Amino acid sequence: METKVLTAKDYLNKEAIRAFFVGFGLPRLIISGFLLILFILAFIMKMDLTILLSDSLVRIGMNGLLVLAMLPTLVTGVGLNFGLPIGFICGLVGGVISMELNLVGFRGLFSAILFSLPLAVITGYLYAALLERVRGQEMMVGTYLGFSVVAGMCIFWLMAPFKNPVMIFAIGGKGLRYTLTLFQHFGKVLNNLLAFSLMGVVIPTGLLLFFAFFCLLAHLFFRTRTGLAMIATGANPLYASSSGINIRAMRYTSIILSNVLAAIGAIVYAQSYGFLQLYTAPLYAAFPAVAAALIGGATLKKATVSQIIVGTILFQTLLTIALPVTQTALRGADISEIARMIISNGMILYALTRAERR
Amino acid sequence: MPESYVLELKGITKNYFGTTVLKGISLSVKAGEIHALVGENGAGKSTLMNLIFGMPVIHETGGFEGDIFIDGQKVNITSPRQAMELGIGMVHQEFMLLPGFTVTENIKLNRELSKANLVSKTFGSSFETLDYPAMQNDTSLAMKKLGLSIDETSLVAGLPVGYMQFVEIAREIDKKNVRLLVFDEPTAVLTESEAEYLITAMRLLAAQGIAILFITHRLDEVMACSDMITILRDGEMVTSISRSNASLERIAELMVGRKLERAQLPPRAVEPHDQDLILELNNLQVQMPGEQVRNLNLKVRRGEILGIGGLAGQGKIGIANGVMGLYPASGEVYKDQNQIKLNDSKDALQSGMAFVSEDRRGVGLLVDESIALNIVLTSIEAQQKFLQPAVLPGVRLIDKKSVRSYTLKMIKDLDIRCTGPNQPVRRLSGGNQQKVCLARAFTLKPEVLWISEPTRGIDVGAKQLVLDLLVQMNREYGMTIIMTSSELTELRRICDRIALVYKGRVAGILRPDASDLEFGLVMAGKKTAKEVG
Repeated sequence: METKVLTAKDYLNKEAIRAFFVGFGLPRLIISGFLLILFILAFIMKMDLTILLSDSLVRIGMNGLLVLAMLPTLVTGVGLNFGLPIGFICGLVGGVISMELNLVGFRGLFSAILFSLPLAVITGYLYAALLERVRGQEMMVGTYLGFSVVAGMCIFWLMAPFKNPVMIFAIGGKGLRYTLTLFQHFGKVLNNLLAFSLMGVVIPTGLLLFFAFFCLLAHLFFRTRTGLAMIATGANPLYASSSGINIRAMRYTSIILSNVLAAIGAIVYAQSYGFLQLYTAPLYAAFPAVAAALIGGATLKKATVSQIIVGTILFQTLLTIALPVTQTALRGADISEIARMIISNGMILYALTRAERR
Repeated sequence: MPESYVLELKGITKNYFGTTVLKGISLSVKAGEIHALVGENGAGKSTLMNLIFGMPVIHETGGFEGDIFIDGQKVNITSPRQAMELGIGMVHQEFMLLPGFTVTENIKLNRELSKANLVSKTFGSSFETLDYPAMQNDTSLAMKKLGLSIDETSLVAGLPVGYMQFVEIAREIDKKNVRLLVFDEPTAVLTESEAEYLITAMRLLAAQGIAILFITHRLDEVMACSDMITILRDGEMVTSISRSNASLERIAELMVGRKLERAQLPPRAVEPHDQDLILELNNLQVQMPGEQVRNLNLKVRRGEILGIGGLAGQGKIGIANGVMGLYPASGEVYKDQNQIKLNDSKDALQSGMAFVSEDRRGVGLLVDESIALNIVLTSIEAQQKFLQPAVLPGVRLIDKKSVRSYTLKMIKDLDIRCTGPNQPVRRLSGGNQQKVCLARAFTLKPEVLWISEPTRGIDVGAKQLVLDLLVQMNREYGMTIIMTSSELTELRRICDRIALVYKGRVAGILRPDASDLEFGLVMAGKKTAKEVG
């Protein structure tokens, strides 16, 4: 008996090491390798690595929550939340209201979040009700719903009765501007919180902590009864319902959660960027987040917080590093935008076609 | 005259991964003969049929031994296509029809008659025009052979189920060279009158010289139409007799008959009796496709092991699924005189019942999750066990430590062979997966355990272990167990009483030591046995 337990344990260790490599996955190994090569290239070409690293860190914190918004729906098997623009717009509305009230600094940031929450919950519920009717096609319907909402909201931005002169068109006096600058309100408040410089690399401590805090919340959430019920719903709906879990409620909850995270993510994104971009700007908000989640190893059936974190880091670093490097390498030609499209959409394509096969 | 046989099988033996499912089967069918193949579930009927039809599954699993002769010629059938070319037609249990196509189009699919036109002269025969009049003519001819007239141009989608079956058959007999038709439980989905009609059609076909191999477990149909009857049991051919020599009772007995090995079970202090009921099902109806339960009444005694048996499709599987809320159900279920909400798994679980599903991978397990999570998740959700308070008031997280120690204990108690609590259940063998399912149910500490097909797809050693475990739980903890199984042997081995389900109702409740004859008759709906002690 004693020996049997011992061998089982040994096997477990080997298995654990193997599982780590299998779990990390080939795509991530390739991308990490590619990143390493890019860093070496950047070094050879005498580019300023500290700036590249600082930028990467900012982009990780800035996009992290939007990627985390993918997690709840992936876990319950609803799929990737391609309707991310819906939550994103709730965040924008919250931000605009906060600006209208002339709230500044952290008060501005948190009131923006506070204003966006009820909106995100309500729209999330409606969004969930729609997705419930189109089971099996959530991702496609989500994509087009997102597009439609962005278009519909263009009218809202024009018609909404906002009065703050810094927000509305200078000529005509009506309708919100395309881009609202946040510097007098809550621009970069998180980025600058406790920020410090380490060997030339600026660490946006507040921003990263904010992301980390939500990751921790998500991690804890999936250890609660509701969180576990969501995991079961995604892994096997029949097992879930035979365990007395209300599958429909779990799907609804996950979509609402995702919508709320997207709203908060949009505000964090805007404060880090320094601008609120309205009108058609949120149109493609979902794609980089989807790509990041998939690169992290999330599949349509299973996703974890760590995959979200890994994916965000890999994807955002790749974008930040790859563009200047290619730009410098191919002197003169402006291919940065094209390269960005190829990388992010290529990643989505790759990951989606692989995900089904498992 | 052996040369007059359309189909002859000699010494057919087939192994699936070391388990022999067919042992030395020999069988011959003459032209114009209706040959019935009867046997319980798992007797090897379907395997034999797959083999005749050259289904790929046979060759993928290592082929078979023995010879098949068609018209006295030895043949090696390697694909369904080849079987069709040899004149073997097959009528499936599930319809393989395109609902949006007309009857003619379905019958002629991929064998369309066509006429040349301008385009096809240039681009080849794939562009030829369909010759609808000729095809409709063929169709009505085939229908006439079946003694049936339906509009060839109507859509299959709108036809009654019985007619769809006939379209299937018409498609087979429309193939010009068809000499042997295999019917795989054709009446399973039909109403009684439709079934009667089908039998008539089969007789008509046989009269036209087509040999028919008729697979079924409905004995009255066998008696009604067949010329020869071959009985399979556990992959072995029991006998082949002509109908004139057979009687319903004899077939039933031959089908079921096997030596009973009822081990000496440990005695109880108080035997379960009718004065102390734990569960009462009144007028239970369950809408489970293929396993409908209709107006079923059943009383379960506290502390007994009740077996539920019956042939496939009669509704025995539906009972547990209905009571536990997995399929839409109506009627009344009382546990200890308290009515249980139907269509509500949570209420069923919280009233002290647990369910081990027959569909292990579909319902019973989260295959990609760990053993530990599989075992505890249901009790976390339904009973809020394995949770510990977290930092915030009102928030409780899974208690990984106690989950781990509990899982380790279950792994040891049930002898689950694995690398540890974190191993995904996908990598476990069938028997060990079943033990995980059992552990999941035991964790709920149920008073009543519903368990369906507990030994399906697991090896002999594990079977014995699972059955022993059930007896142990019953005797030590007084757990009432309701076990549904297609294997009469295992029901008779451990159950106190066995309820046999026929057409969605309890046809009779027998003692495990009742005669084979009695079991056979009640299962085939030929006799109702009322209560026994």
